[in-house]
Amino acid sequence: MVTLNINGQDQQLDAPDDMPILWAVRDLAQLSGTKFGCGMAQCGACTVHLDGQAIRSCVTPVSAAVGKKLTTIEHMSEDKIGQVVQAAWSEIDVVQCGYCQSGQIMAATALLANNKKPSDADIDAAMSGNICRCGTYPRIRAAIHAAAEKLA
Amino acid sequence: MNAPTDQSMNTSRRTFLKTAAFIAGGLVIAFSIPYAKRFLLPGKEDAAGDAKMPEPNAFLRIGTDDTITVLLAHSEMGQSIWTTLPMLIAEELDADWSKIKVEHAPAAPAYAHTAYGLQITGGSSTTWSEFDRYRQAGALTRALLVQAAAQKLGVDAATLKTENGKVISGDQQLSYGELAEAAAGMETPSTVKLKDPKDWKIIGKATKRLDGPEKINGSAIFGQDIHIDGQLTAVVARSPVFGGKVKSYDDSAARKIKGVKNVVQVPTGVAVLADNYWTAKQGRDALKIDWDLGENAKLDSAQMLEDYRKLAGEKGLPAAKVGDSASAIGKAAKTIEAEYTTPYLAHSPMEPLNCTVRIGDDSCDVWTGTQMQGTDQQAVAKITGLKPEQVKIHTVFLGGGFGRRANPAADFVSEATHVAKAAGGTVKTVWTREDDVKGGYYRPMYLHKARIGLAADGQPMAWEQAIVGQSIMLGTPFEAFMIKNGVDATSVEGVADSPYLKGIADHTIELHTVKASIPVLWWRSVGHSHTGFVMESLVDEAAHAAEQDPLVYRRELLKNHPRHLAALNLAAEKAGWNQPTAKGIGRGIAVHESFGSYVAQVAEVSVEEGAVKVHRVVCAIDCGLAVNPDSLKAQLESAIAFGLGATLQSQITFKDGQVQQSNFHDYQVLRMNQMPKVEVHIVQSTEKMGGVGEPGVPPIAPAVTNAIFALTGKRIRSLPIGSQLA
Repeated sequence: MVTLNINGQDQQLDAPDDMPILWAVRDLAQLSGTKFGCGMAQCGACTVHLDGQAIRSCVTPVSAAVGKKLTTIEHMSEDKIGQVVQAAWSEIDVVQCGYCQSGQIMAATALLANNKKPSDADIDAAMSGNICRCGTYPRIRAAIHAAAEKLA
Repeated sequence: MNAPTDQSMNTSRRTFLKTAAFIAGGLVIAFSIPYAKRFLLPGKEDAAGDAKMPEPNAFLRIGTDDTITVLLAHSEMGQSIWTTLPMLIAEELDADWSKIKVEHAPAAPAYAHTAYGLQITGGSSTTWSEFDRYRQAGALTRALLVQAAAQKLGVDAATLKTENGKVISGDQQLSYGELAEAAAGMETPSTVKLKDPKDWKIIGKATKRLDGPEKINGSAIFGQDIHIDGQLTAVVARSPVFGGKVKSYDDSAARKIKGVKNVVQVPTGVAVLADNYWTAKQGRDALKIDWDLGENAKLDSAQMLEDYRKLAGEKGLPAAKVGDSASAIGKAAKTIEAEYTTPYLAHSPMEPLNCTVRIGDDSCDVWTGTQMQGTDQQAVAKITGLKPEQVKIHTVFLGGGFGRRANPAADFVSEATHVAKAAGGTVKTVWTREDDVKGGYYRPMYLHKARIGLAADGQPMAWEQAIVGQSIMLGTPFEAFMIKNGVDATSVEGVADSPYLKGIADHTIELHTVKASIPVLWWRSVGHSHTGFVMESLVDEAAHAAEQDPLVYRRELLKNHPRHLAALNLAAEKAGWNQPTAKGIGRGIAVHESFGSYVAQVAEVSVEEGAVKVHRVVCAIDCGLAVNPDSLKAQLESAIAFGLGATLQSQITFKDGQVQQSNFHDYQVLRMNQMPKVEVHIVQSTEKMGGVGEPGVPPIAPAVTNAIFALTGKRIRSLPIGSQLA
């Protein structure tokens, strides 16, 4: 058993130490908003925040999250930056199939927490690890700029 | 698949049947709306068009709480039909848009495609194929509600109007929810009149996605997210070579892993079942399997391409033949000879394939994201021994489809059913990304060999082209319709019917269909995904040989094709084609018709140290009516990203029988830092409606490679571009 603090609440999960956070969150805590895309930190669909930093939960074992704050997409409506990012996503109607969007929003929120006014190059650097097969990239870029303006 | 040749529907001759049933908290109104003329499936073509009455199909429910639930006969996989189809109903119903809810329809014959005759989402056909049916469902429901209000108020129905979910009589208003019950008892009108387009309030207006909120907050449910109490997760070990079989296996190490519950053999391999995915995957990886790799153990795509090259020099089956191209080319002032190749491609939707199955004594539940409920249902029925109507397909959001989730062989659904059958209980079978990349059903590899003769004025006077590759339609329910005289229409679409060839007196198009054991499937834009690249490259080569501007040259060749021209001219104008490019930037243009829509694109590229950067793509489309202009633009942005990834870097190759790629590090798709600025312009058009999901894909590869040629003088004739410029 490990104790993970997920979205502000401690949860006892029957996870072996080497189980990736992704599967503890999805299959044990049954928070399905965080997605499985590649299993090797190549696509970013599984992005969550660990003490505020964006991490790829598919390759990060639960042992690395013990004693830290784990935040998932389900908590973004209560996150000051997350709310603004989600509102921008809605305003620009970013999503298509939607499967990668939890990870995109988590990555964008972490970017804006660290960089109040990201340039296009900053966005490329922070977001190129998050694949979207529907190609919503132009709208993601626009939504990040829009959110940055709201946060300014 | 092509758009139908006959979409015409005479609304005034329509007749409807209605059955109404009360449900908890509301009312289901089910109609029989006759199909449009079917054109695809043999033995199912209705000569009279609307002669037969299908079983009732429920397209909407009205709750006593005023909610209007629209049922989708097609699957939402990103293309925004979750919004577009409700727009059609809401328009005619004068519904309150804020009360609209949406569900996927179950698998049932009543939801068969109005043109293809089976339940399928594909061929960029959803909106045009449902344009009449969904509007009629809205109009008919409105008529019933008006009748109910007239009776209740004791007034003539003709004096009533409807607005925003209410029937209005002077200063009296009745909501649709209040009237739903009474409406069910009204006599169904035999005909309904649809609105004049000038009265549309919803159709043609940019409308936000109804599935937006749940896809932003993580609550949207995809197949991967299905969780049924007591379910186990299965991960399957499949043969490393297509067609291989299990000789024997040792599961002792797998069974020792805590949480592994069962190991079962299925026709495709060996499945490990566990409490959760991680444990099942560890169990799968611990299996020791002795495979009989079979006859494909030496499969090699480089060798296959050599074989294709030889075949292209032999005589093939005629796909189009006019005049005598061989002797005409002999009289040409100039001759162009070129070979083009395109690789196998995986769809790689973001959501790895998965399917959850629970088999009962006299029923079976299947939860999955599928584009082809009808064939999935048949496949499950066959495996379980149940009747098709006992198999319930619960369609959930698809985390991308691009054709992969429309599989006539029902591969991932069948396998999951076999696993559930062998193991019992409820089982979710999940593919890893590696399973997905290596699991087949690729866009086939193709080779084109062309010889073009130009007259003294530079105009093409003779054209020969041979196409070599696997057939997509062979062995599918579409075979009898789509393969004629040995020629699979999807292998030659975009070439055999090219507008360029219509003006060339002597031309010959031949096809060599290769039999290979690699599973192939339609990949977003199907045959056009390679023919668009080849044709628009060849025309560019001809323009260069004729020493003419590529836009001017195309305009002359397309002078009798106004929809091509409209898209071409709009894209060129918006891109500033006649303005000089910035230093280091090359500009290329392409135009291609597919799925009934005409798309032109202008790409601006630079090449630095062998790496191509696409800076800007200007796109114009004539698809007829744009029902939701914003989602239409999103689809073209999407198609450009999808096609550009394949243009630059995606390919599946085989060596020693095995797929050489495995995940996104070596099967590379487009990323944010490679995405150009995209501008989409819509030709204002009242022409016949075409599709929107796919037609943006074919022009992007040639627009980019033509731009590279304009900049560097190097002609890219093989995709992906990869390191060819290094």
